[in-house]
Amino acid sequence: MAVIAFLICFPFAAAVVLSMMKQHGKTRKYFIFASCIAIVAAVLYFSTEALIFGKNTAYLTETHIIDTVMLIGEFLMMALVIYFGFKFKKYYVALLSVAQTGLIAWMELSGGPKEESTHILADKLTIVMCLIIGVVGTLICVYAVGYMKDYHAHHTEFQDRRAFFFAMLFVFLGAMFGLVFSSNLTWIYFFWEITSLCSFLLIGYNKSEQAIHNSFNALWMNLLGGLGFAVAIVYSEKQLHISELEKLVTTAAGKPELLIPIVLLAFAGLTKSAQMPFSGWLLGAMVAPTPTSALLHSATMVKAGVYLLIRLSPALAGNLAGVLVTTIGGFTFFVTSLLAISQSDGKKVLAYSTISNLGLITACAGVGLHEAVWAGVLLMMFHAISKSLMFLSVGAVENATGSRNIEDMHGLIVKLPELAFIMIIGIAGMFLAPFGMLISKWAALKAFVDSRSALLIVFLVFGSASTLFYWTKWLGKLVAMIHNSERLPNTTKGSEWFSLVSQAFLMIVLCITFPIASTYLVEPFLGDIFHNTVPAIISSGNINIMLMMLCMIVILPIAVRLLTFGRKNQIVMSYMGGANWGNDRAFTDSFGEKKRMYLANWYMEDYFGEKKLLRPSLVLSSAAIVILMIIVIGGAV
Amino acid sequence: MQASVLSAVLYVILGPVAGGFLAGFDRKITARMQGRQGPSVLQPFYDLFKLFNKQALVVNNVQDFLVWGFLVFVVFTGALFFAGGDLLLVFFALTLAGIFFIMSACSANSPYSSMGAQRELMQMMAYEPMVLLVGIGFYDVTGSFSVKDIIHAGSVPAIAYMPGIFVGFLWILAIKFRKSPFDLSTTHHAHQEMVKGLTTELSGNILALVELSHWYENVFLLGVVGLFVMTNAWWSGIIAIAVCLFSYFLEILADNVFPRVKWEFMLKSTWIATAVAGVVNLLILTWIR
Repeated sequence: MAVIAFLICFPFAAAVVLSMMKQHGKTRKYFIFASCIAIVAAVLYFSTEALIFGKNTAYLTETHIIDTVMLIGEFLMMALVIYFGFKFKKYYVALLSVAQTGLIAWMELSGGPKEESTHILADKLTIVMCLIIGVVGTLICVYAVGYMKDYHAHHTEFQDRRAFFFAMLFVFLGAMFGLVFSSNLTWIYFFWEITSLCSFLLIGYNKSEQAIHNSFNALWMNLLGGLGFAVAIVYSEKQLHISELEKLVTTAAGKPELLIPIVLLAFAGLTKSAQMPFSGWLLGAMVAPTPTSALLHSATMVKAGVYLLIRLSPALAGNLAGVLVTTIGGFTFFVTSLLAISQSDGKKVLAYSTISNLGLITACAGVGLHEAVWAGVLLMMFHAISKSLMFLSVGAVENATGSRNIEDMHGLIVKLPELAFIMIIGIAGMFLAPFGMLISKWAALKAFVDSRSALLIVFLVFGSASTLFYWTKWLGKLVAMIHNSERLPNTTKGSEWFSLVSQAFLMIVLCITFPIASTYLVEPFLGDIFHNTVPAIISSGNINIMLMMLCMIVILPIAVRLLTFGRKNQIVMSYMGGANWGNDRAFTDSFGEKKRMYLANWYMEDYFGEKKLLRPSLVLSSAAIVILMIIVIGGAV
Repeated sequence: MQASVLSAVLYVILGPVAGGFLAGFDRKITARMQGRQGPSVLQPFYDLFKLFNKQALVVNNVQDFLVWGFLVFVVFTGALFFAGGDLLLVFFALTLAGIFFIMSACSANSPYSSMGAQRELMQMMAYEPMVLLVGIGFYDVTGSFSVKDIIHAGSVPAIAYMPGIFVGFLWILAIKFRKSPFDLSTTHHAHQEMVKGLTTELSGNILALVELSHWYENVFLLGVVGLFVMTNAWWSGIIAIAVCLFSYFLEILADNVFPRVKWEFMLKSTWIATAVAGVVNLLILTWIR
């Protein structure tokens, strides 16, 4: 219990200290490192203890004081939102905030006899989430220390508010811990709102016009989800007298008349995990410094959305609320993977790929079957590490070369081999057999087939094909070997490098050990919520074959070296119709002049561009979400 | 267990022999269709041996490794298939092999091979949905992704339940066999606007490896065609071989009849074919079961 309190409170305390450390120096750096170590140690202690004792534990029934503190906190947040809303003349956010805080306050203060209920719950999914937040989240904080120094060296036009920035990162971690440990709906909502506000502040960090616009975009979408959350809480409290998430899910499972709070909570989850039509805020979030994007995309924020959906999944199985979630999730997976094809900005491709993967997790949660949720949880784990790795390496490349455009990463393997190698691991982990994500995609495919949802299968097969396309062309850019190319100075700092290497290492370890994680964490959790066991979703025979593939990839370079030993290949210049200009980078054009060669990837704006696809898909998904919500709520009333 | 290892070993040994003869007959039949005499059916073997004895001209030192990766994983794919492995895993391994091949072209930093690489990638994107649907179709019909179980599933061949998926697979087979109208990234014919596309920068013994991989790949793909008609009866094997040969003949015919199309047409038509033949078939399967 103490360790849970520590995990929730310590990041907030660290944030308070950090916000006061305005001096850019060693003290702050070491304070951040020490806090990160403390968090990781606490997370590891908590996970091992929870695993050894192996029980789900619930705590805290009498929480009057804490409830009051939270209510005050909610009013403070509302005041903050109103302040920003008026300052930047975005009155609608103030309105949204007042509406939801008012609802919650009315419910809390109108009182009535409160049921005895637990407020803190720790089960296996909590451990998974804790490990993601604690390990990946803190690694991002460590990376941020070195990155932000370079960021402000490159961007002198922005005000240096690093103290605030680091403080916000820790607030975020604290709020996420609070969110995953809470079982009481009002508590979850409180932390949920903190993450919304926090992401708003982080996205607007550099105060450029674009940043402010995008941060308000993020704020209103998340507040809209928050409003849904608030209504769900009030409904379940007043109508059903249920204040715990677990209880709500178990009660509502299989009862269509109790779907109203479920569908509202699912709606909140969809906004937070940036599903269409709410994908805009996550795309806009890339104006912020890279650690923010990494944090929002991998360890926190969007994971809160899918976390909630996974918790809801038993109540989504086989009803219209589930159809809503799977349709939106599957559609988002498909459309955003098409859209990613047309992007050349590295961070934007990553953003679309995040939304796309979240779509898949969402669809898995919506199916609500044992094996689908298994795939969803595993996807979440793999995605957290590989996406954070990708963002951080793109950030490091940007600091070293001044560009994050994929076209400019041509020949990175020659220019910055270490970073390119890290990136290759990240990309391979994203879509390639036998690495991480593919295993879960495979399981998802099986689950979709078993759940007989033809629409999902269509989304999945076409979406996978386009996923393959945009990752492979990125990979192709990295591996281009340019002759006589200079190595660039690698400006990656020690802290950034530590973070990158640890994550790459974690990625590989997770690829090899995922069956263990599945047996001890995911399966017991699923057993608890579905009260059944299913035979191994990916059989041990197939896992062995995949390990064999992994070994083959590792051995291949050595084996090829041995096989071709003593054989001499003649190195020549690449073929340009005999018109090379002394190297492989320029040629003689038809006027006899020297022309530089430029090799570009295909982006096919006319087919997959945002101009072409974005608006129709937003319209379609909005229509789907509105219509399905009306049907669900109408059917339940 | 032993039987599956044996058939995997047989594939590794006999695969290239069968693939070579297929290529030989392909050239002969194509020649006859064009009113030529054509080379001996053994010609592909002569070509391959000659290539193996030639020094390779490379533009960098990783091409060698990447092409070996392609060969190794194609052989792995086929071996896993003939050993009765999981069909989806087989297809994933094939994708991995394809990516090794594309990377070898990308690494060359050459205009023609990099153009070929982008086109090859486009081809992969075009055929991938159909390939996955084939796996899903078999699972819907037989209740298993395992090739071994699919063969022993019953006395009615899978094609009876999934004719649409079969047609869709024949469609994408033209892409996989690098046959016109879909031979965009590289081709055997001598009218390529971008030299040899994907394989422009590969030569000598490295090119021989690519050729060998294609033979392995073709035999594996025909194995998938055969899977559509295999049942637990002994004579279904003979029918399977006949169907494979006939399918191959159809691909040769298409190769000689249709001119090469643009990538836009390939992507659109293949995805539409996938949707019409594959998805509709799948819907009916889901519906009737």
